[in-house]
Amino acid sequence: MSVELDVFVGNTTIMDKEVYQLWLNGYTVNDAVKVRIEGGVMEECEASAEVLLSDTMDQYRTFQMCERLLHHPAKLANQLLFQIPPDRQAMLIERYYAFDDLFVREVLGKKLSKGTKKDLDDVSTKTGITLKSCRRQFDNFKRVFKVVEELKGPLVENIRQHFLLPDQLARDYAAIVFFANNRFETGKKKLQYLTFQDFAFCAGQLINNWTLGAVDNMMEDMDVDLDKEFLQDLKDLKILITDKDLLDQHKSLVCTALRGKTNVYNEMEANFKNLSRGLVNIAAKLINAKDVRDFFIDLVEKFIEPCRSDKWTSIDMNLYLTHYTNSAHILDTFKHHAVWTRYMGVIKSCILRLYHD
Amino acid sequence: MPGKLKAKIVAGRHLPVMDRASDLTDAFVEVKFGNTTFKTDVYPKSLNPQWNSEWFKFEVDDEDLQDEPLQITVLDHDTYSANDSIGKVYIDIDPLLCSEAATVISGWLPIYDTIHGIRGEINVLVKVDLFNDLNRFRQSSCGVKFFCTTSVPRCYRAVLVHGFVEELVVNEDPEYQWIDRIRTPRASNEARQRLIFLMSGELQRKIGLKVLEMGGNAVVGYLQCFDLEGESGLVVRAIGTACTLEKISTFPATATHPSNSSPSKDMKDSPQAAPSTLGCRSTHSSPVHSASSRLSQGFSVSVPTLLFAGMKPRHRSSEAPRARQCRPGFGEEAPGVPLSSGPPTPLRAQTFSSFSPSKSYSRQSSSSDTELSLTPKTVGIFQCPSTPALDSESSPLPSVHLPCHLRPVMSSRSTTPPLLHISQSDTAMLRKSVSFSEELMLAASGMGSGGSVGKEAGPLKALLRQQTQSALEQREYPFFTLTAFPPGFLLHVGGVVSARSVKLLDRIHNPALGNTRSYKLLDWNSFAADEPETRDAWWEEIRQEIKSHAKALGCHAVVGYSESTSICEEVCILSASGTAAILSSRFMQDGPPDTEHRLSRQPLCVFSTGSERVEGDMGSSASLGFEEVVSPGCGFCHIPYDELNIPFPAQLTYCYCCRRYKVPDVLFTTIDLPNEANVTGKGCLIQARLCRTKKKAQGEGNATAISSLLPFLEYELHTQLMNKLKLRSMNALFGLRIQISVGETMLLGIASATGVYLTALPSPGGIQIAGKTPSDITYEQHISTMQKKINDTIAKNKELHDINPPEVVEEIIGSPIPEPRQRSRLFRSHSESSDEVSELDLSHGKKDAFVLEIDDTDAVEDIHALLTDSPTPAGFYSCNTEIMPGIQNWTSAIQMFTSVRVFRLNANLTNQGLNKIFSDLCENLLKSLYFKLRSMVPCCLCHLNFTVAIPEDELIQVAVTAVAMSFDKEQPLENGKQSGEKTLIKAVTENDEQLQFNLELNAETSSSNPRSSPKGLSEVGSHLSARASSLEKASPLPEGRSRSLRSDRSYSGSSVAVVKMTPLSFIPGAKIIKYLGIINMFFIRETSSLREEGGVSGFLHTFIAEVFAMVRAHVAALGGNAVVSYSMKECVFMENPNKNQAQCLINVSGDAVIFVRESELDSTLVQTQSATTHPSNGGEGT
Repeated sequence: MSVELDVFVGNTTIMDKEVYQLWLNGYTVNDAVKVRIEGGVMEECEASAEVLLSDTMDQYRTFQMCERLLHHPAKLANQLLFQIPPDRQAMLIERYYAFDDLFVREVLGKKLSKGTKKDLDDVSTKTGITLKSCRRQFDNFKRVFKVVEELKGPLVENIRQHFLLPDQLARDYAAIVFFANNRFETGKKKLQYLTFQDFAFCAGQLINNWTLGAVDNMMEDMDVDLDKEFLQDLKDLKILITDKDLLDQHKSLVCTALRGKTNVYNEMEANFKNLSRGLVNIAAKLINAKDVRDFFIDLVEKFIEPCRSDKWTSIDMNLYLTHYTNSAHILDTFKHHAVWTRYMGVIKSCILRLYHD
Repeated sequence: MPGKLKAKIVAGRHLPVMDRASDLTDAFVEVKFGNTTFKTDVYPKSLNPQWNSEWFKFEVDDEDLQDEPLQITVLDHDTYSANDSIGKVYIDIDPLLCSEAATVISGWLPIYDTIHGIRGEINVLVKVDLFNDLNRFRQSSCGVKFFCTTSVPRCYRAVLVHGFVEELVVNEDPEYQWIDRIRTPRASNEARQRLIFLMSGELQRKIGLKVLEMGGNAVVGYLQCFDLEGESGLVVRAIGTACTLEKISTFPATATHPSNSSPSKDMKDSPQAAPSTLGCRSTHSSPVHSASSRLSQGFSVSVPTLLFAGMKPRHRSSEAPRARQCRPGFGEEAPGVPLSSGPPTPLRAQTFSSFSPSKSYSRQSSSSDTELSLTPKTVGIFQCPSTPALDSESSPLPSVHLPCHLRPVMSSRSTTPPLLHISQSDTAMLRKSVSFSEELMLAASGMGSGGSVGKEAGPLKALLRQQTQSALEQREYPFFTLTAFPPGFLLHVGGVVSARSVKLLDRIHNPALGNTRSYKLLDWNSFAADEPETRDAWWEEIRQEIKSHAKALGCHAVVGYSESTSICEEVCILSASGTAAILSSRFMQDGPPDTEHRLSRQPLCVFSTGSERVEGDMGSSASLGFEEVVSPGCGFCHIPYDELNIPFPAQLTYCYCCRRYKVPDVLFTTIDLPNEANVTGKGCLIQARLCRTKKKAQGEGNATAISSLLPFLEYELHTQLMNKLKLRSMNALFGLRIQISVGETMLLGIASATGVYLTALPSPGGIQIAGKTPSDITYEQHISTMQKKINDTIAKNKELHDINPPEVVEEIIGSPIPEPRQRSRLFRSHSESSDEVSELDLSHGKKDAFVLEIDDTDAVEDIHALLTDSPTPAGFYSCNTEIMPGIQNWTSAIQMFTSVRVFRLNANLTNQGLNKIFSDLCENLLKSLYFKLRSMVPCCLCHLNFTVAIPEDELIQVAVTAVAMSFDKEQPLENGKQSGEKTLIKAVTENDEQLQFNLELNAETSSSNPRSSPKGLSEVGSHLSARASSLEKASPLPEGRSRSLRSDRSYSGSSVAVVKMTPLSFIPGAKIIKYLGIINMFFIRETSSLREEGGVSGFLHTFIAEVFAMVRAHVAALGGNAVVSYSMKECVFMENPNKNQAQCLINVSGDAVIFVRESELDSTLVQTQSATTHPSNGGEGT
């Protein structure tokens, strides 16, 4: 004796948020039922496990049927098969495209290729996120990437329009796309302490300041690729460390400004040249794609770690970077003010964001 | 005369990829109507083609316009091979043929393929230019409006209700044609879909013709069904109620026809005749010719319900064509068989000879039937010893004493051999017949009424005679498919009448195969004359049966009438049921009686005539119940039959509302609860479920087996209903629907109804359990614990449903209410404070206590089963009627849904095991629904419609369609007197509502409705005062859904218009401003990759969602934003998991409408209105 067939179809498609989340999380029907039972929905609604199972299966089926539409969220609004109120549609899309920070940290900056997809079971084991969910998230990244890769216009706006995502989520996707496109290395051990949001913030900075779109938003491909010309110009900054005078001058200006204002003054003074070299070298090397990938590693290794070992506070960091940036403009022989500003603006906010435990 | 159909193909979207290489499609469209086809250009390499075609014009007969759908096929152009079909769209253009409905079809419609489902959408524009056809001999009936709604549609007023219309068409099923072996599944499915489209179009056209002939302009309560008879063919049949509707008016109400078939004087003359409905009557007929052998067995459980099951295996002999084979009773009686149980067989010849093979083509001949049995027949019938009394059937529960239902009792009870034995031992013996008072009805409906007419003096006489006769000619069947009536229309309700018959299917002879039409349809009627047996004749038998049952209950009409079939292999059970009732003639004032209307086509003033006639015919014959002024809250409960000649041993009491007329103690009906009814507390869904195993058999043996099972099934369903009703302390059932489904190895029965406590009816006695072996102490203890459980449940249920019967007023004590009853009632009023046990003890003495005797394990299980119905979770109510009594303040949140379950049984289950499984299946399904819809709490599941089927051995399929509606909890629960008051207010409100609407529309649209509001107001006044009872302090504010109105078309917002669907006839919080036409769609879906589509559940889930989507899209294309009276008529699911295949057929219907939200109440309007109406209320007290 068994229930052979069991369906429920509403004129307005009924979707339970909780079950939807369980489905998104990749739970099997049975696991989902267990979770729901533990959640106490049974007592609340005088239901039995049987009822719960039936409901869960039914919902899962509905979600599966909707999934194909969710791949093209714009279709969800003008398809006829399911009558779903607009607020529900938005919820469905938002949750479908939501991702786990844990997961995204694993694939951030990796090429969204079949090879990466094959490794997802490792990611799944490592993060404890179900493989199914990993695949969905990965496919979402890839789908968004494919669509916006070729589009003109601002990246975030494109994502928002094509996938009907809320602003914050669109920004996150922009970061993911940006990272994937530039293949930033984020997986190294030294970077493990950083969250996705740290990277997303940096991505936002880079997109807004270092891409072609940042200067001219009518250009193609501008938001996903760094402004080559700018990268080229960054080489000119090398003078700040290669010219001994300039370096000393710079140091003394910064030291004068900071004296008495920080507890780590001595360490700063001792380290100034190293730190400055670190930052300028990063800038100078960015023209090489490979060095772009190591951008965050370099930032951490060359700058953040030394400072951290010297126990700088964020305030110290802020002060230092402000004066470091500004002082350069006072240097007589330093001519690359525009590039310096554009570079240091991003570097400063990135470092401040990345400078935590 | 022709019309011009124009179609334009605008664009497509979301098309499937047809060319793998390019991932694109080269789509073009073929537009076909009749035999004409147009094509668009190919729009290359696009999934979103923009054809923007010219207007394709078809010049066609309006007959074709009605029959044919516009067929749009989307194809993928292929240079080298045949073009691939992407899918099709069938557009029913009927709504465009009626001036008041839609004017254009425009919108995105899903492209449907029977194998792949929906594959993209196409945007089309369709218009019709119709030239008026004045040809008297035309075959078309354009302009007749069709409504699935079983009440007067919301924005119409019924001028006249003409009566019953029916039609059926027959064809071969393409699925079973030889050619099917060589064509693809897709081609077969499409042939079938198209054929059914054509057949329904034709059916509708023919019904329309009948309506026009009757002088009507609309069909309300249109119910169309398919019988997939397999090898033997395909039958599409429809019934409905012909009406003359008028757009918008003060009252929804309606004039109906008075009872033309008013019970005549004959009734009085032969008083005994009427009561003949015994608890169990069986009308067995006919002789057993082995060749034409057929068994006919009647069975009926009477009183509030009168059920009849007859079974007649098909009869192959060439007996009289339209012979009422089912009605052997006639023949037998006529010769005066009465008191002896004469051998029935020889009477056969008589039966037929006495019948003129009536009814050739037209309906006129019905009167000729009636002549046959005018002889008012006798009491004797009932005493006919052959009458297998029901009591024999009740033997499983031998000492069941049914207070008022199921009276097994027969006058000659002692002499009656128990039916049980008879039927078990030898079915042949069953063919004795006891007929009852058929003649009565015939007399009344036919020439017999001449008698009564004769007694009236004056010039009226001739007119009356004419009237009655012609009315009767028309009224072969005084049936109404309506389930809700305008206030005051429904006078009295007798009880449920039902009839069943078992038939053997045989290939339908199809003389029309040589027909010239491209598709082979045939109108069975026109060929029936030389056919030995037709589907039409089958239904005729059943309808006659129903009619006679109604007569037996002293009623001249059957309301809430419906018909259904269940087919398994070659056996078919035909069922019909309805509610015997007496309708008011008072509404004659709203228009001329149809008869006259028909004759002269101009209004005669007949109000007085009508009433007089009623007075004369009915008032005098039946001593009660025909009063013109009845208090609306209880009048319909008053018995229509003669108290002295109760058709069954009922316990009558004086009405608890008005104290003037008698009421039965329990009332079963198939209609909706009248709006004005006084109800105590809330109602609830009551369901009886039954499963009976049956031996596998073939042909006639099978039919015989089924026939002999049917009565038991019905009886037990009825007992279950009664028990469950008592358990909930309720005394009436509305919307009763009994479905019996037949399979190879079992029969399933499910009876659903909404139980309520009618204030007018006596409070039901409790349920008492008694043991057979009182000696055993432990046994007694067992019984008493069980009794306690039951009492607890009753108490709990009372609380749950707010049933607090009103205190009995002192003065009444003197009234002639039977002693025991009164005592119990008085007692009940104390019982609130006193403890349960004492009530229990006392109730032992109560005559009306419902006693269940436990004599074996069966009974014990029955009782357990009784208690297993789990109560609805907090915040939920459920009913199968339109709305839940006691809940008015609906919010606008509605959710229509369909749920289907198929359960696989293990082999070799006992009846009990089966019952339990089946019952659990239904209960679990309900629980699942409650759970699913928990976010809508507080809410009520309305119109819960269960359909059961046995798709194959060991499979049970249950399909439910219903709507969940939220309501505001705030309103205090009403009880007792209050409820009476409230319902009255409600009635007033109802009028207000109509009025407001009228005014509003006048103002808004400056519609040319000449009915001025002043007139409307005065009508309200008179209307109310006419039947007014005390309404001292009517609240000036209408409540609930009458709260009105400001149009606010919020539905145009999103890119896909929201279309609401509901099985109800209204949308809470909204007004329907326009009916756009009927939606009647039939789809087939098939797959040969079942697993890939998510198994059976995934397959069906998708299909149902697709059907919904297509309904919504077509409604939206008509310009509508909702479907009301939606129902899923058919859901036939077949699977073959081994082959990875499944097929499903779904038929849905409903009315497309435009509604507007009543978001704001125009308070001034209401104020004035209530001011106007109220003075008239105070007038009369009860």
